[in-house]
Amino acid sequence: MSTDNLPGVPEEPVARLGMFGAQDSGDTSGYGGLVVRRAPRLSTPRPYGGYFDAVADALERALGEELADAVERVVVDRGELTFHVKRERLPEVMRHLRDDPALRFELSLGVSGVHYPHLEGEELHAVYHLCSITHNRRLRVEASCPDADPHIPSTVSIYPTHDWHERETWDFFGIVFDGHPALTRIMMPDDWDGHPQRKDYPLGGIPVDYRGAEIPPPDQRRTYK
Amino acid sequence: MSAPYDEATEGKVYTVSGNDWTELVGTLSGQQDEQLVVNMGPQHPSTHGVLRLVLNLDGETVTEARTVIGYLHTGIEKTCEYRTWTQGTTLVTRMDYLSPIFNETAYCMAVERLLGITEQIPERAQAIRVMTMELTRISSHMVAIGTFGMELGATTPFLFGSREREMVLDVMEYITGLRMNMAYIRPGGVSVDLPAGAVDKVAELLKVMPKRIKDMRKMLDANPVYLARTKDVAYLDLTGCMALGITGPMLRAAGLPWDLRKSQPYCGYETYDFDVPTEKTADVYGRYLVRIAEMEESLKIIEQALDRLSGPLKGGRVMVDDKKIGWPAQLALGPDGFGNSPDHIAHIMGGSMEALIHHFKLVTEGFRVPAGQAYASVESPRGELGAHVVSDGGTKPYRVHFRDPSFTNLQAVPATCEGGMVADVISAVASIDPVMGGVDR
Repeated sequence: MSTDNLPGVPEEPVARLGMFGAQDSGDTSGYGGLVVRRAPRLSTPRPYGGYFDAVADALERALGEELADAVERVVVDRGELTFHVKRERLPEVMRHLRDDPALRFELSLGVSGVHYPHLEGEELHAVYHLCSITHNRRLRVEASCPDADPHIPSTVSIYPTHDWHERETWDFFGIVFDGHPALTRIMMPDDWDGHPQRKDYPLGGIPVDYRGAEIPPPDQRRTYK
Repeated sequence: MSAPYDEATEGKVYTVSGNDWTELVGTLSGQQDEQLVVNMGPQHPSTHGVLRLVLNLDGETVTEARTVIGYLHTGIEKTCEYRTWTQGTTLVTRMDYLSPIFNETAYCMAVERLLGITEQIPERAQAIRVMTMELTRISSHMVAIGTFGMELGATTPFLFGSREREMVLDVMEYITGLRMNMAYIRPGGVSVDLPAGAVDKVAELLKVMPKRIKDMRKMLDANPVYLARTKDVAYLDLTGCMALGITGPMLRAAGLPWDLRKSQPYCGYETYDFDVPTEKTADVYGRYLVRIAEMEESLKIIEQALDRLSGPLKGGRVMVDDKKIGWPAQLALGPDGFGNSPDHIAHIMGGSMEALIHHFKLVTEGFRVPAGQAYASVESPRGELGAHVVSDGGTKPYRVHFRDPSFTNLQAVPATCEGGMVADVISAVASIDPVMGGVDR
């Protein structure tokens, strides 16, 4: 069959085949041949639009030459601005974001973790949402670390509100925030094993009273993906 | 018998197991300068659910207050990852159980932003969202003020607060079918239009509620006992609030008129006329005044929303037009409860095979949300409630994280309690108004 008339397929790796993601036998949805690729990693070129350029300019002024080294990429998506910051530069960037008069992101709305097991070398992300009350602006800062070395510098000294948020992210994702005053579990019991919000955390199935059958754990069931 | 311990590292440990008070006092005599560690909670009527406070006491002065949470952790965020986007509302509504509509709205706004349909939400749906949110704000503040009164030893505010809350919950039940955890707000709009008579029910509430709020004010505003327990207690100024990420009535009681409904409006709040009450006292009494004034402002908003719903927006759609996202059926009340309307069932079972397939696909498979992340926030009764939602392009959320104001505000316990009297810990925690369902999620 000639493929000349088909649209070009992007180079992103395959995320899933079929509708159910079935590994063992055929995909009963009738879409077994469906190939779904991962979403491309975005990086937005200038201009970003709105106040985003003003924020980027101010950060550039504050960091000078080191901006390119500290900020890996900038993403503008769905009306939200995200700075992907190298983890070792995170406290410095956060301090500028809080203190620089043109930035003044005084209020942090905490840390949220995300686990992307397929992103090799940056599996664990810590996402910070900042808000500037002075300028009425919002900004997202994202730092990542590999699973093999899950360390991100703590920002509690800059935003004291991160105390519990970093503990929660450690509890659920296993990201070690270096320099946190007391990084202990906060939701799970102190002697809990593992970090439950990670995608590789084993989930339990449900045994049913029929010849030892078991309903598989939710992540192994056949469901639309 | 108690477990052996190392006196050198842990200091002298006394185990109290009841009926041994005289014995303990005997052992303690001559050591009055010892610190006493009191475990308050997790089961204690005045710690607002399963909150545990570990207090170091020197006499009646609190020298150290530590907060222990996690007793109500339910893993809702994780569960969301194995349910469709629409089913997510049923889960997130159970987080902060005193303000379910706010949880749903924050989540749905984030999903709508991911879908890029924020602008397409029908105006009637937005007005219904605003109205139900403000009703919920009143019921939540009524609980906050009522339980606070009870914790300080006055049961009347609690009875009044519960009665008023019940009134709101009756209206919510009439509109959504459930008193709490209603999963009423859905991505794309709301699950069902206002039933016949809902406007009258809300109008009736609008008539009664101002007097009820006035009654509450009469009882507490200038009550000498109440003032003694709340004035200059648990002081937290603006700097402290900013550093600790405090939002909501606590921040506004410190003098900053920061309210997302005004500063970063959503759901059309910019078109409503209302004020943001503030106080400058930064104490428990100021927080009470802000809450009670907010209820009065909420009534104004509800009145305006009701005028629109019964006037220009009458008969409008309540779900986004996009058939690939909006729930295919309107709901109706049948003999066995809420369900898809008989018209719709007749249509898919007897009229159109395509409609049946469409209904089946949308209900079982759900819709797909383009990959990316979004953060949407609303001004809940306790402060900024944010939903950080990540999609990998599938029919289920990849990650849902709630920035719950109770969780963040509870970090202020040491700052507001240490150095004060142990009795003031109760006022301090109650003025934060934490809801443990939201704290632990």
